[in-house]
Amino acid sequence: MADAQTAKDRDFEKGLDGSSTGVASFDTHSRSLLDQIQHTLHSHPAGVPLIVLLASVAGFGIILGSKFFSPFALTLILQQVAIVGIVGMAQSLVVLTAGIDLSVGAIMVLSSTVMGHFTFRYGLPAGFAVMCGLGCGAFCGFINGTLVSRMKLPPFIVTLGMWQIVLATNFLYSANETIRSQDISEQAPLLQFFGEKINIGGAVFTYGVIGMILLVLLLQYVLNHTSWGRHVYAIGDDPEAAELSGVRVRRTLISVYSLGGLICAFAGWVLIGRLGSVSPTAGQFTNIESITAVVIGGISLFGGRGSILGMMFGALIVGVFSLGLRLIGTDPQWTYLLIGLLIIFAVAIDQWIRKVAS
Amino acid sequence: MTRDTSKREPILTARGLVKRYGRVVALDHTDFDLYPGEILAVIGDNGAGKSTLIKTISGAVVPDEGEIRLEGSPIHFTSPMDAREAGIETVYQNLALSPALSIADNMFMGREIRVPGFFGKYFRKLDRKAMERISREKLNDLGLLTIQNINQAVETLSGGQRQGIAVARAAAFGSKVVIMDEPTAALGVKESRRVLELIKDVKARGLPIVLISHNMPHVFEVADRIHIHRLGRRHAVIDPKDFSMSDAVAIMTGAMEPPENAQAA
Repeated sequence: MADAQTAKDRDFEKGLDGSSTGVASFDTHSRSLLDQIQHTLHSHPAGVPLIVLLASVAGFGIILGSKFFSPFALTLILQQVAIVGIVGMAQSLVVLTAGIDLSVGAIMVLSSTVMGHFTFRYGLPAGFAVMCGLGCGAFCGFINGTLVSRMKLPPFIVTLGMWQIVLATNFLYSANETIRSQDISEQAPLLQFFGEKINIGGAVFTYGVIGMILLVLLLQYVLNHTSWGRHVYAIGDDPEAAELSGVRVRRTLISVYSLGGLICAFAGWVLIGRLGSVSPTAGQFTNIESITAVVIGGISLFGGRGSILGMMFGALIVGVFSLGLRLIGTDPQWTYLLIGLLIIFAVAIDQWIRKVAS
Repeated sequence: MTRDTSKREPILTARGLVKRYGRVVALDHTDFDLYPGEILAVIGDNGAGKSTLIKTISGAVVPDEGEIRLEGSPIHFTSPMDAREAGIETVYQNLALSPALSIADNMFMGREIRVPGFFGKYFRKLDRKAMERISREKLNDLGLLTIQNINQAVETLSGGQRQGIAVARAAAFGSKVVIMDEPTAALGVKESRRVLELIKDVKARGLPIVLISHNMPHVFEVADRIHIHRLGRRHAVIDPKDFSMSDAVAIMTGAMEPPENAQAA
């Protein structure tokens, strides 16, 4: 009776007898060119920003000739994007976990004031003051991470609050005092370390630029070739799935925000090298600029997709447009207008690439 | 099968499990037995407490009272990680895969392999080649995939293919027990059929399986015994060969009294 019933219940599956039984035959039939592009970009998230970067360098090179296409001008772009590039790495880590960090700029400035004032107000050795500054940045990040992962507060709100708190602390602590470049180079040249330059045939590399490039390569390795890096992507993709497959989500999130804070503090050190002085009012726009670099660089604000190299290309695109348009002599507002267009273009491309999934 | 198993020692047992959520009693002194090499289906109406029961076994829920034993020794899981380390793997209904990551990344999520030697130790470098090779082997073992690209993102796969990856992951790493929560619920007819074959393949390799399902034809096709959960406790355990699907549903909903001898199993 039971067997007959079972057989009857399965009658509806008889139609399957003649059908193919392969469960995972991957479609290999030829796709249209557009589909192929879509698939290629899906597996190479830094592709779009790289193409845009190369095209814009070539474009400005053709228009401006050797004025733009010189070792000096090209390395000047690197120097100008060094700060945003480094802060953008901190931002990238957080955005990859589907969060956002609005406090990056504030943490950077507070760390740089800590470095400066610990040296000049308390007479501590510059090396120790730098360590304290780095520790301060990492601690701010740790607070962000703890609030986001343990208290389950939205990253946008947590870092919006921290932005105000950290910035206010920065002004209160520094009493809005700037430490002059001259004093620093006389008494604590270590603080300006990243402003040192190497000149190779007209190309000027500051130590800050070299630090940025090394950090990009390091993070690219960590994100792609260590468990921690894979876990960062998995958390951004689907935190519950990550948790169930054995990722320690809360611990990883705290480490991401803490590392982000540490990187911001490093940017603060580089900032002293770039400005020469320690100024509590510096870097007011670093927040938005870092998010711009991340978005143009093809990192998805929904988390889990994109690469740190892409963010670097994004920061460079902004740098190329700023310098190129300035050399042409246009109103700087054109730069902002074009960057605005690029942001919307980048997000539209991101949405299109996502459709590969369905 | 019911008569045979009574002579053997169960691999996984639970006695007197209680779980309360406020005033709601999800598990009311329930028992559970899984024997080596069998497929035990767990059925029950919505709210009967079967998912809470499964979660206590897979480590996602800590019971208020009662005892769970794996191969005779008591176990106390506080997280799914603990259960995994003890050799109990779960295929969750939502699959617990990261869509943007590759098949190999997903297979090894949370238990990655590092390269041997200096780079693995100090730079924590992952051994991608080994993970890709093993993933491919494990998928082939189950006759699952004629895969071209193990680095393909999971989101580019169909529902059945994803289910296959999740099952293969559980079968590859589960050394004692595999739990499957509604593995065919989201699948089409054809893909369901393939997943049922997969379940049988896993069983043929000697791993006992706990199958939670609402789909009676699927349950009756693959299960050796059926654990019927009702009102927070084990209501009956029946042999699918002795009962019809409508009987099982009747027992599950309380329309029919469970047979005397079925209680004992």
